[in-house]
Amino acid sequence: MFTLADLKENEKATVLKVRAEAELKQRLASLGLRKNSTIKIKALSLTKSTIEVEIGTSMIALRFDEAKEIEVQTV
Amino acid sequence: MKNLKIALVGQPNVGKSMLINAISNSRLRVGNFSGVTVEKAEVSFDFHNHSIRIIDLPGTYSLNDYTQDEKVTKDFLENEEYDMIINVVDATSLERNLFLTTQLLGLNKKMIVALNMMDEAKKEGICIDEEQLSSILGTPCVKVSAVTKKGIGKLVNRTVDMSSFEQESSKLVFSDTVEEEIENIVNFLVEKKYKKDVSYRDLAIKLLEEEPRTYKKMHDEPIWIELLPIIREALNHLYIHYDTKDIEEIFSEEKAAFAKGAVMETVEFKKDIKKSITEKIDSVLLHKFFGIPIFLFFMWGLFQLTFEVGSIPMDWIDAFFTSLGDYAKTIFGDGELGSLVADGAIAGVGAVVLFLPNIMILFFGIALLETTGYMSRVAFLLDGFFHKFGLHGKSFIPLVTGFGCSVPAYMSARTLKNDKDRLITLFIIGFMSCGAKLPVYVLFAGAFFGAQSAGNVLFIIYIVGAMFGLIAAKVLKVLVFKGKDEPFVMEMPKYRMPSLKLLWHTVTTKSIMYLKKAGTFILAASIFIWFASNYPKYPLIEAEFETKIEMVQSADKKSELSNELTHKLLEKSYLGIIGKSTEPFFAPLGFDWRLTVALETGLAAKEIVVSTLGVLYSLGEDVTEESGGLIDAIKKNIPFPAAVSFILFIMIYLPCFAASIVFAKESGSYKYLGYLFVFTTGVAWMISFIGYNITKLIM
Repeated sequence: MFTLADLKENEKATVLKVRAEAELKQRLASLGLRKNSTIKIKALSLTKSTIEVEIGTSMIALRFDEAKEIEVQTV
Repeated sequence: MKNLKIALVGQPNVGKSMLINAISNSRLRVGNFSGVTVEKAEVSFDFHNHSIRIIDLPGTYSLNDYTQDEKVTKDFLENEEYDMIINVVDATSLERNLFLTTQLLGLNKKMIVALNMMDEAKKEGICIDEEQLSSILGTPCVKVSAVTKKGIGKLVNRTVDMSSFEQESSKLVFSDTVEEEIENIVNFLVEKKYKKDVSYRDLAIKLLEEEPRTYKKMHDEPIWIELLPIIREALNHLYIHYDTKDIEEIFSEEKAAFAKGAVMETVEFKKDIKKSITEKIDSVLLHKFFGIPIFLFFMWGLFQLTFEVGSIPMDWIDAFFTSLGDYAKTIFGDGELGSLVADGAIAGVGAVVLFLPNIMILFFGIALLETTGYMSRVAFLLDGFFHKFGLHGKSFIPLVTGFGCSVPAYMSARTLKNDKDRLITLFIIGFMSCGAKLPVYVLFAGAFFGAQSAGNVLFIIYIVGAMFGLIAAKVLKVLVFKGKDEPFVMEMPKYRMPSLKLLWHTVTTKSIMYLKKAGTFILAASIFIWFASNYPKYPLIEAEFETKIEMVQSADKKSELSNELTHKLLEKSYLGIIGKSTEPFFAPLGFDWRLTVALETGLAAKEIVVSTLGVLYSLGEDVTEESGGLIDAIKKNIPFPAAVSFILFIMIYLPCFAASIVFAKESGSYKYLGYLFVFTTGVAWMISFIGYNITKLIM
């Protein structure tokens, strides 16, 4: 099983499940990151502590810890 | 005249504040990162017999209370009285924006959707059929661009028109599964001929969404007993179909699907999406290895610029105020009045106005950082590093704002969700030297390091301050504010060219505020300090010295004696008495009573430190020698280790009175202000002590 944290730069994936707490899940959903959305990794910071993800037309930044809670399938 | 109260709602970075500017030509600040509008801002104007009031609410991604500023928006929309909503959406990112729109539709208020940033959308080849979108959403949609001001008139016209029409019911359509359950409930209500002021459909949706207020109301109705099993069954169907019992998730998925559907039917992407400019810039600025060095270079450049360019007009301003002081003395004479005007008012205010160019450049830099969208990138780059110190990447935004002024910095800390993260950030904002501290640094850096290296010294001072802040954060996190970390989720807005008008506007507003402060508060403080340093009078000592001066022959001896007199009088003045009595506290740091007084007056505002020094040293100066300005006086009178220790103390202790009040408000308690005072003063004392002794050893 893959999570968002396993992806490399420029890899694309579909979100299968967001395992976050209700509040965070809602926040992610309102930014476009929810079940079935297609994402693409745009950048990783040097220490791999933060990840920049492209969803549709917007770009969001996540911490590695949060990324581990998002199950994905590469496309 | 008809009153019209309008709530302006939208996601962050969609150009709400800029739109309100375009509509009303008001003077609000606009930013390109989350958290510019943390308070509701209001503008009112008259239009076609309507008195219109627009309330600009903080940007929110959805209607929840995730962060404090989002809570402000939600509370307003749900509880306050208003006539209609203008929902501002970013036309270039419609799907995400419409998610909020679908939630707003549920509020059952008159609404108009402003498709903002149409100019950008056009460039990106995005075509929107606004008529079609209007009919899907059931609310009018108007294409506008806050930048080019296109469509603004139409938006205002439509808004006013709409206010006189009856409100239409929302057209939000769900998937067949949900619609079926809604229909079941509606049918039952019809059968029961249930009387209610809202439509059956809306009621059914609210019930399925498990909206607490609707439940509370319905709970007391006789129909409730029969309704309950139907709802329970409906929910069970939904749980099975969606494989989750999280009703919020189910509806958020539904609304997202609706938004997606609406975009698919109304938006056409004409161009192939090439690698956008934002991506190109990001590949450089967010580069794995170069990202942080590039950021540090920008900051270094800003401080170089602040000093190098800022120092050019400084000489003129200095010369202007010196000659103004001399001129004042020719008018008012060398007596008390002349001294009050020249040494008190003009010296004090002049010392502060002197630094206007530096302040302008610094504020320009920060405004640039905010409006281009780079700020969020830096938060991204620094989060890993910040996290190690117990801070949140988003803390970066209040911290950088703190380099300008602590007051807005304290306020922008509201974007942090977690209370502990927020408090840590609030506690260390003071370590980020604010614009008012800059004059002190420029003065000392100029006096002790000369023009070549002063810019670098300035940069080092700011970096060192920030480092102390990080260490302080770590200490606070480990000892005081323990607890779970807040997740880091942040939008990276598109890079936008800042409009020159806007930058100019921000810088001039700040400058005018600075000058206003110099003309009022600081003028009063300068006069007060002049009095405190000139009174009480000692006619006996003066007479004694005057006879002594007359006795001696050589001019050198004469000036030496008159110098001694001024020093003696200054030491015996009220200010001298205060300074002397508190001097022992600061003696281990190498401060004489004058620096001590400057620090104490600086509690009111940091600009006063400079003006106090200006008054104290212009009075104490050798009267016969050509006045060489404040910088020379400082150089002559303050030993280097004491200067280092003074800068360190200024760097860390409480910013100013106004900021302290805001801090108390934002932290939620005056108790915290007490802690902050003890904490910052204690740390400042210790670090100054260490700095003083190390410098003494090296020298």
